Amino acid sequence: MFHYTFHWNQALKALPQMLDGALVTLQIALLSMAIGLAVAIALTLFRLSGSRILGALATAWIEVARNTPALFQIYMAHFGLGNFGIHLSPFTSLLVGIAFNNAGYLAENFRGALKAIPDTQARAGRSLGMTSLQAFRLIVMPQMLRVAFLPVTNQMVWAILMTSLGVTVGMNTDLAGITQELNARSFRTFEFFAIAAVIYYVIAKAVTLAARAFASRMFRY
Amino acid sequence: MIEIENVRKSFGQLEVLKGINLTVKKGEVVTVIGGSGSGKSTLLTCINGLEPIASGKVMIDGTDVHAKSTDLNKLRQKVGIVFQQWNAFPHLTVLENVMLAPRKVLGMSKQKAEEIAVKQLTHVGLGEKLSVYPNRMSGGQQQRMAIARALAMSPEYMLFDEVTSALDPMLVGEVLDTLRMLASEGMTMICVTHEMKFAREVSDRVAFFHQGVMAEIAAPEQLFDAPEHAETKKFLAATH
Repeated sequence: MFHYTFHWNQALKALPQMLDGALVTLQIALLSMAIGLAVAIALTLFRLSGSRILGALATAWIEVARNTPALFQIYMAHFGLGNFGIHLSPFTSLLVGIAFNNAGYLAENFRGALKAIPDTQARAGRSLGMTSLQAFRLIVMPQMLRVAFLPVTNQMVWAILMTSLGVTVGMNTDLAGITQELNARSFRTFEFFAIAAVIYYVIAKAVTLAARAFASRMFRY
Repeated sequence: MIEIENVRKSFGQLEVLKGINLTVKKGEVVTVIGGSGSGKSTLLTCINGLEPIASGKVMIDGTDVHAKSTDLNKLRQKVGIVFQQWNAFPHLTVLENVMLAPRKVLGMSKQKAEEIAVKQLTHVGLGEKLSVYPNRMSGGQQQRMAIARALAMSPEYMLFDEVTSALDPMLVGEVLDTLRMLASEGMTMICVTHEMKFAREVSDRVAFFHQGVMAEIAAPEQLFDAPEHAETKKFLAATH
């Protein structure tokens, strides 16, 4: 039916190299999530601030991040900014692109989560003499993060998978980049990408499980 | 001293406070009664500046609450408020609920804040519940916790906004007992309430609100036994 001989040995020999790449993948995903979360919280505050300019800025960011392809966002960071003389390395432009995307989705998750928290919570904080920022940080935000925890975990998985788009901007040290290079040298596409897929799966699953364990420790109420 | 002078307040077209005048002296307990929508709860939120007013003046110890230059966060440390919905912070234990503002607003050390929180919680009968999360407690317990939380800021004035209205009838007593205790300790209090027996018992004066107007204010015996205003009579007849 088909004449293909599997060469798993060759692929497995490259496993240590691929695992090194997986670490880079995880690194980009974690960094992009950390940046994305910080920016998303800022965007959420912009929306709550009542300032028209800040609100519009937040809305624009969220709209673009959520309604354009992630690939374009990474392209823009790499080639788009390059047109203006801002040259980012493949690593940085991949990080910037994914963080941009994460921030948009996370901010939208936070908006939904905020609806679940009654205004009276912040009001109770204000009535105890807190500033509005204190009331947000100490009372509203912890509850918001809890409500948004599952979507945030999803976004983390999504961030891991999005890192594979780095190959399009010349990223060659992460799991997808290394796999692509191995493939280009050997044409053992199926074997290499099958192993890479398993590694992606394991990372994504591990992150989900770790997040769940974290949640059950953190959210005791 | 809380001085309320000709305070007016509207929500859109609806004028909910139509020129309220009231002075509450240190150590005095004033209860406010009246039907729903009479403006009594709104008045409380105007006193500590949670709601702006359209005109008039609220002075607390000589500070104009609604003046632009007033630091409301500072002022609110002096004026505690407890709401109908107790607004427990669900992500914090009972002890942490009470410690939060003393630590973050007053900048107290953890040790000092904990000491005060334990004292206040014991005071309201929750000394055994320190490490419990609010959702494990009854409404009455949560409401007492909210009272302890306000008291931990050592306020000079306390505002109570229908603090028993959302409670199971079985739990009203324990919260009212806490208020009675505070009143007997000399706390200056303004209580909006539907509990007539309680109002009669603890108040120095009782004010009756009707459609945004303070129709009548008098000592409890006077107001309950010999009301002058026709609307007060009607209201008391309906609630007895």
